[in-house]
Amino acid sequence: MSKIHVTTTINDDPVEFLCEADETLLDVLRDHLGMTGAKEGCGTGDCGACSVTVEGRLICSCLMLGAEAEGQQITTIEGMADGETLHPLQKKFIEHAALQCGICTPGILVAAKSLLERNPDPTEEETRYWLAGNLCRCTGYDKIIRAVIDAASDMREAS
Amino acid sequence: MHYLAPTTVEDAVTALASQTGDCRVLAGGTDLLVRMRSGFAEPDAILDIKRIKELRRITREDGGFRIGAAVSGAEMAEDPDLVAAWPGVVEATGLIGSTQIQGRATMAGNLCNASPAADSVPAMLAANAVVRVAGPNGIRNVPVGDIPTGPSKTSLGAGEFVTSIFLPARPNNASDAYLRFIPRTEMDIAVVGCGVSLTLDDAGICTDARVALGAVGPTVILVPRAASALIGRAVDDTTMVAVVAACSAAASPISDKRGTVAFRTHIAGVLARRATQIAKKRAGGTS
Repeated sequence: MSKIHVTTTINDDPVEFLCEADETLLDVLRDHLGMTGAKEGCGTGDCGACSVTVEGRLICSCLMLGAEAEGQQITTIEGMADGETLHPLQKKFIEHAALQCGICTPGILVAAKSLLERNPDPTEEETRYWLAGNLCRCTGYDKIIRAVIDAASDMREAS
Repeated sequence: MHYLAPTTVEDAVTALASQTGDCRVLAGGTDLLVRMRSGFAEPDAILDIKRIKELRRITREDGGFRIGAAVSGAEMAEDPDLVAAWPGVVEATGLIGSTQIQGRATMAGNLCNASPAADSVPAMLAANAVVRVAGPNGIRNVPVGDIPTGPSKTSLGAGEFVTSIFLPARPNNASDAYLRFIPRTEMDIAVVGCGVSLTLDDAGICTDARVALGAVGPTVILVPRAASALIGRAVDDTTMVAVVAACSAAASPISDKRGTVAFRTHIAGVLARRATQIAKKRAGGTS
């Protein structure tokens, strides 16, 4: 069967790839494009480790086909830091030790960035609800929530 | 597997009609891709409806709202007019999954997935929503309650798919609410769900009502006796006793790992009372 040719934009870079009809966007990112930041935790949309944004909308890349990426604007964790300069959320995750094994971290960072773009001053409750689809088995979440709220505060002051 | 992405409803109907194998319609994909991954679905083709522009829109029509079959829960929640008119339908859809799932999941997909515990369906049935179906014999409009026929089964014929869901115009002093019971606060499947839509007159008397239950039968259940207990009466404690009794009587649940028959039957009444109170307050009634 012939592969599907897809033209898309990932982290502001034009990207073309070939994929099978049943390959997910996550398969494409990891196996074809070498972008292994998005992780496969569950593969069924429960854990959020594969979070990316499509047209500015937070989604699980395991629940989207690669073919659906045609013409879309996609952002991944690879587009978060500016060269060697970490995003404020990344800095705060290190500062607060908001990660241990790190598997959930790219998805949580992408999801948290999406939250702060919509709501620069989220409450703890809003932050916890927004991140309810990002599972972490190490930290107990408290450090993650504190890091996000602290980053939000710094980002508001900087803007 | 083939991937089809038509850009018009007509092309989608033609493409569906030309498929000889198992062709599944893809809207948000939050159920279909999970089924494929777990081996419960092995389609020969997928027809993605998201490139059909009119299915991506919420449009005003005759004072109501036509919600395209590919509109996500997040997009519904960002339409202030829709939220104001049908808060119960929007909150029911918003309970489906996480932020990530909301970015993709659609009300039409929730309906056609035909889970008895689907959150948006009791709210849509209470709202008297009308589903627009396209197929080889043209377009037909179907009451939402006629779509699901059993767990994972719908009344859609070969080559048919849902293009939009219409929420009708409603008078002032009308509103709706949806509540579900789950053992935690987020990210779970309803043990019982209840949607209530009602209209009050200036004296606070209920002039119209629809009450629907989810997860207490093989399909969503409309409870006409709960509606008749409300209509013509003030929404007070006495009325509420009748609503609770009607909903518990209408529930015919099974026992499973999420809840027993006795628990679900009781909770159907409890949620009906609470959802009715919320809908009443939203409709401008005093509590």
